[in-house]
Amino acid sequence: MFLAMRELWFARSRFGLMGSVVALISVLMVLLSGLSSGLVEDGVSGLQRLPVDGFAFDEETEVGSAFSRSLVDEEQAQQWSDRPDVEEAALFGNLLVNARSDKDVPVDLALFGVEEDSFLAPEAAEGEGLGKDDGLVVSQSAIEEGIAIGDVLSVERLGTELEVVGALEDKHTYGHVDVAYLPLHTWQEIYSGAQPGQEVGPEAYTVATAVALRAASDTEIDHAAGDSAAQTMSLTLEESFAASPGYSAETSTLNLIQAFLYAISALVIGAFFTVWTIQRKHELAVLRAMGASTGYLMRDGLAQALAILVVFCGLGLGVGIGVGSLITGTGMPFLLETSAITTAAVLLIVLGLLGALAAIVRISSVDPLTALGGRR
Amino acid sequence: MTITAGSDSKTHGKNTSGLVLEGVTLRLGDGDSTVTALDDVNLTVAPGELVAVVGPSGAGKSSLLAVAGALTAPDTGTVRVNEHELTGLSKRAQARFRRENIGFVFQSGNLLAALTAVDQLRMAAHIAGGREQRDPRELLQAVGMGDKANRRPHQLSGGERQRVGIARALMLKPSVLLVDEPTAALDRKRSHEVVRLLAEETEQANVATMMVTHDHDVLEYCDRTLEMMDGRLSN
Repeated sequence: MFLAMRELWFARSRFGLMGSVVALISVLMVLLSGLSSGLVEDGVSGLQRLPVDGFAFDEETEVGSAFSRSLVDEEQAQQWSDRPDVEEAALFGNLLVNARSDKDVPVDLALFGVEEDSFLAPEAAEGEGLGKDDGLVVSQSAIEEGIAIGDVLSVERLGTELEVVGALEDKHTYGHVDVAYLPLHTWQEIYSGAQPGQEVGPEAYTVATAVALRAASDTEIDHAAGDSAAQTMSLTLEESFAASPGYSAETSTLNLIQAFLYAISALVIGAFFTVWTIQRKHELAVLRAMGASTGYLMRDGLAQALAILVVFCGLGLGVGIGVGSLITGTGMPFLLETSAITTAAVLLIVLGLLGALAAIVRISSVDPLTALGGRR
Repeated sequence: MTITAGSDSKTHGKNTSGLVLEGVTLRLGDGDSTVTALDDVNLTVAPGELVAVVGPSGAGKSSLLAVAGALTAPDTGTVRVNEHELTGLSKRAQARFRRENIGFVFQSGNLLAALTAVDQLRMAAHIAGGREQRDPRELLQAVGMGDKANRRPHQLSGGERQRVGIARALMLKPSVLLVDEPTAALDRKRSHEVVRLLAEETEQANVATMMVTHDHDVLEYCDRTLEMMDGRLSN
């Protein structure tokens, strides 16, 4: 560290230039991670906050369109709930609708139909819970967007009127749309396309989008066995996120960008230390002639890289978090998550060190003999 | 590990201490194009003695420094420093031997650009695990650089750099001081100053000094002068 720190100070403008690239990448990393977390939150927070370990869809459905295409019935739900590895199974309805409030505010809603006495029934933080036939319990984010408890929303094209009776504590969204819970039988009426007052066949009251599954404590659900018994296609909760509209496309795009940034950052540091090591070749030869071991010189070089990385990543993260907290709450899907940011910082530093290491191993090939004679 | 450094193992006065080369031969290159860089070289430099080796370029002077300084192992013959055999040491043991027993003074100082004069000396101590054998500021004072201890190499003249280089080489009280063309980049006056300083320090530190040079002008300060020609050493 003796030489490393003195060199950092001596060549501070060069190190600063490289460090600012690292800092800018860290800023970008925080923003992307915020955007990524925000999009995930916006896309599937309604699913994440369900007390559910998995969903069983109709066996014919594809993952990408499972929540919009699948249709299961009570019998399949019963099959699942009879399984020993399943604590509870209940029908779950999921339907995206456009609605308009009585104050003429247009809202898009993800209607989650659940039985009021099932484990899926939401707990309202304000107002009442599910109970009234046409009662809706909406996400807190819908309240923030101007829907109030007591508002009557009418579902467009059907004209079905639903009253907001309660609000959930957190943000619950699905496919970038606010979630509204409603009793399953009301959901089934809307799903069947019945207009208010119109008669609905009894079979309409037996179906839903999927069977929501909760595993018995300390066990994992045997998906294959359950699927063959109930003729379903079941997914874990995490797998089912991919069935949310746009979820896979958004997350894979952002993950790709982040992967590229990690690679760029490691390469920038690798390239810098390659040039730096070559520039110092003669000095390194002198040090080796003086008896410095390869280990000593490598430790010194890595300490230098680590110092740069920690300082400039820290700087970048600070700026990123500052900018991020300005963005949060502006309507842009953005969420700063400590775990995601920590992962990004650790990865940037570790990959940066690997990049530096790839350059610094050249030290071992520096021949101390070249210290003799004139400067070459 | 049989190498033990330090002044207590020195046996002053006996003609076997200091630097001893016996029957040293070194061939460079491989296959058909081998060059005999050192051809049966025998040399003894006693502690406190300054020996100059002169000769044209390509005569094998650098090879002599490399072999004496445990940078290169000779093909045949033995190299001893204070009775410690250098031949047959591993690379790692060579490096350790260098930092504990040998001081190098390079052409034009070869100081580290990032370090101040006093840090150049501390660096030498740091490489050897932080033990400071001599006080770096006192040592700089002794070579006449006391008032420029905080300057970096680019703020020093060639002669000043060479003085710091000499001080750096002496930092760990080496048994052997190997000096490579110390006056190559200096004018006549500075050359004389630097070599006079080397002679003084050699005597004071009781170190066996071998200086390779082409500069016949500074030989007056040396105890002995040897001539090297085509890998052979003669008086």
